[in-house]
Amino acid sequence: MALKRSEIKVGDTYSERLVEDLKRTQIVQYAGASGDYNPLHSDEVFTTQVAGYPSVFAHGMLTMGMTGKLLTNYVGDGRLTKYGVRFTSQVWPGDTLDSTVTVEAVREENGEQLVDLSLQTVNQEGRVVLSGTATARIDA
Amino acid sequence: MAVEKFPVEASHILMFARSVGDENPIYSDEAHAAGSEVGKIIAPPTFAQASAQFDPDYILRPKPGQPWFGSGGQPTGLKPKSSGSGGGSGGSGIAAGLHAEQHFEYHRHISPGDVLTAEVKPGKTWEKEGRRSGKLIFNETITEYRDQNGELVITARGVGVRTERPVDAGK
Repeated sequence: MALKRSEIKVGDTYSERLVEDLKRTQIVQYAGASGDYNPLHSDEVFTTQVAGYPSVFAHGMLTMGMTGKLLTNYVGDGRLTKYGVRFTSQVWPGDTLDSTVTVEAVREENGEQLVDLSLQTVNQEGRVVLSGTATARIDA
Repeated sequence: MAVEKFPVEASHILMFARSVGDENPIYSDEAHAAGSEVGKIIAPPTFAQASAQFDPDYILRPKPGQPWFGSGGQPTGLKPKSSGSGGGSGGSGIAAGLHAEQHFEYHRHISPGDVLTAEVKPGKTWEKEGRRSGKLIFNETITEYRDQNGELVITARGVGVRTERPVDAGK
């Protein structure tokens, strides 16, 4: 399952579609599981009339969580040592998200083989909604 | 904000994995997990954020008998309380703001049976002039998750941002 040093090289990419036509219900599902009940993510009345947004929108952490699936699908289970992101644009109900990881470096540290990755998640208009980096242990 | 007891439980991991659309059996199937490299069920990479469930004072959870700024039949007119600590023990921690960045460092992956504590330490604060939203105030917090043996398992760094105007570009 895990990546092998001999099988990857800088510039390799891996892509997946994370979600198609994101449903409001999935945003509510994430609120319930994570415990983040900010009304901006589920309360259309508050979000449009009080907060002044065009509609409810996804938690950044939902996008990070969905992107994490692609990451662990690529590097294998239990292999991540670092995962960090910036939320660069909001994700709205109805969005379709695609994500790509790119191998930036393959290196050894304290006797461990590591891969450094960059990652980017875009919406159906090609707008970047999340960008980040990750590091994972790989096999020699 | 701090969490004194965050019991990591299999059903919570299952629900969390479902909510991010991840059906990987390593998050739910004990037999599969036992035969895998990790040897047991682990939590998805962003699961530590769900420690918010175990923060008794978490501001983004409605509580019985207390005012809640979200709408009922109509908007309540209440203002969200600002926690003043972006990153928090979960979420961005700033009800009036947005989550700008989140970073995790995994010293080991957590599993059902772990009982964690989360200690939140303030980080940097900085300002930036935004084109779409006026002045942006960034606020960083560091959360250290330790296990039942006091070992550091996850270090999280969150950055929250408060804006003068709603950020509505892209819609």
